[in-house]
Amino acid sequence: MSPAIVAQGLTRKFGDLTVVDKVSFEVQKGEVFGFLGPNGSGKTTVIKMLTGILPVTEGKGFVDGIDVTENPDEVKRRIGYMSQKFSLYDDLTVLENLRFYAQVYGLRGAEMKNKIEETMERNAIVPYKDRLAAKLSGGWKQRLALGCAMLHNPKILYLDEPTAGIDPVARRKLWDLLFDLSGQGITFFVTTHYMDEAERCSHLAYIYYGKLIADGTPDSLREIPDVSPPGTQRFEIATKDVTSALRKARKLPFMRSATIFGRSIHALMDEKITEQELTSELDKIGVHPDEIRPLMPDLEDVFVELTYKHQAEREAANGQSV
Amino acid sequence: MDSPFRGFRAIFYKESLHLRRDSMAIMFALLIPLVEMVILGAAIDTNVRQVKTVVYDQSGIMEQTGESHGSQQSRALLDRFRNSDTFKVYKYVHSDKDLTEEMIAGRAKVAVKIPYDFDREILRGDSAQVMVLLDGSDSSVAGQTMNVASAIGLDESLRRMLPPGEKPAIEIRPKVMFNPDSRSPNFFLPGLMAVLLLFVTTMLTAFSIVREKERGTLEQLFVTPVRPLGLMMGKIMPYFGLAIVELLMILAFMRYAFGVPIHGSVLLLVGLSMCYMFTHLSLGMLISSKANSQNDAMQRSMGIMLPSIFLSGYIFPRDTMPLIFYAMSYFVPATYMMNIARGIILRGAGLFELWGNAAMLLGIGLAVLLLAARNFKKMIV
Repeated sequence: MSPAIVAQGLTRKFGDLTVVDKVSFEVQKGEVFGFLGPNGSGKTTVIKMLTGILPVTEGKGFVDGIDVTENPDEVKRRIGYMSQKFSLYDDLTVLENLRFYAQVYGLRGAEMKNKIEETMERNAIVPYKDRLAAKLSGGWKQRLALGCAMLHNPKILYLDEPTAGIDPVARRKLWDLLFDLSGQGITFFVTTHYMDEAERCSHLAYIYYGKLIADGTPDSLREIPDVSPPGTQRFEIATKDVTSALRKARKLPFMRSATIFGRSIHALMDEKITEQELTSELDKIGVHPDEIRPLMPDLEDVFVELTYKHQAEREAANGQSV
Repeated sequence: MDSPFRGFRAIFYKESLHLRRDSMAIMFALLIPLVEMVILGAAIDTNVRQVKTVVYDQSGIMEQTGESHGSQQSRALLDRFRNSDTFKVYKYVHSDKDLTEEMIAGRAKVAVKIPYDFDREILRGDSAQVMVLLDGSDSSVAGQTMNVASAIGLDESLRRMLPPGEKPAIEIRPKVMFNPDSRSPNFFLPGLMAVLLLFVTTMLTAFSIVREKERGTLEQLFVTPVRPLGLMMGKIMPYFGLAIVELLMILAFMRYAFGVPIHGSVLLLVGLSMCYMFTHLSLGMLISSKANSQNDAMQRSMGIMLPSIFLSGYIFPRDTMPLIFYAMSYFVPATYMMNIARGIILRGAGLFELWGNAAMLLGIGLAVLLLAARNFKKMIV
């Protein structure tokens, strides 16, 4: 069984600027693939190349086994795409929006009618079918947009920040729906800034300044050496007045790094330090934690660590070239 | 299945729905033309007639009372002014001060002063001088009244010089072809047609694409199997249809409400108008390939509309333009449409006389369309 999406050394240059630099990854069928990275890191450019709308400068991309450079039209027929703006027509009704996208994908007559009814029922939007899209709330717009993107039974769906600006209940419902559909063999390529959504993906990749710097399952990413170097451990230190506690804690000799998360500090330190030793060391510098507990790195830690590391590398490289 | 127009049906369907719900578009296409036609067809009359004229007749002043009722000769001259239809004498004054005051206040556009020795000079066979003051703040009125006043003077002189029964050696018999009564609607409405069609074609198409850019739906369409040509044609055709409805409406109104006779073939007029629509739909495409907001599109549309109104000969005759503007007018599509509309409607011209105009329209349209297509290609990337 060939993978749903393959990127092999995918590169895109705009003039002298390399926006996407030799990016390679594979997405298996039925996976929910989370594609993450800061704004301006090249996420959208990768999506454009893998949807067949932007020519590839170097490397290759395959979608459902089809080369995006050789046959972009065939690729477009097999994919669905939903952007964060939902791309609905506000002055058209729910039904008219569906009819339009059905025609765009070449559906006609009875087939179109059945498909639209099926989509409306699955997304529970039948009662709203004559309502203008402008009058729908965010969550319903998103369901309609997803319905429009799926009318032609695409094998692969690209969702570009699908939950931006959507309330938590609607977000949860969308993710439940995604997993339901991925169970039926549909592959999802999702970009997001929400870490809780990233945690739910079955496969993650992280792009930074055009380079893919992490690729794996959420669990495997937590264990990569850059994030959890050998001989280190993590603790969560809950305390009052976290800001001054952080400043003091950073001065401890065994402390590798420390960041504030809400009302606690996430600290990376030498492995040999025990919980008791940490408590007494903190006590000495005037920090009296309410609670200390060992911590697995979460994905935010992972991406923050990776970003820092690559930022430092970039700066070092730039410094050398000057 | 794999036609370069793929997606046309879907886009056409959707665009027709937009158009039906867009009250601004309908207003542009159907209501504004009506209002403009009424204004230009009925309210504006560029022919100068019944110009308010004030008279100070010094001749024939009664020695005793100081009142003046004019002399025999001056009354004859003033009758000519009155009967010309150009002048309407509304007041007699009895001093230079009052005469100028009427002009300054703007109550009179023309002031005629007949000197006290008017009769005496004529009887003596000398040249009697009549002063005619003209209000130059309205140049077309001043120009026309001056011509009429001079003609009256010349005619009256001739009549006095020639023996009774004799006729002038040369008589000019002007005959105005095509618009014999010099009716303003006949002149303005065919031109107005060109200007009105421009709104629907250029501005509305530009808006329809820019709106999709603003909403982000254009990006979505690029990811679907819709082909660029299918997208463009699907967007253009509803507006093309609307423009044709508008054209027929304007023609019907012009013919039946304003009585402008159409001397040439209506079919040819509609056919050649389509060339003009094509040019402006392409311009609309070009604008939308560059503009990023509806406001931006509006500004750019104005950049096309203003030259179309002022350089095309719609208001100001092209022949009297300074050379540089005259040269520029060749690049304004409305110039050719003006020739076509006036040619067919007023002069009964046929394809033989007008094909050059149509060729220019198609040529400009094609060049613009290619430019727009190139811009769109860049935009996707």
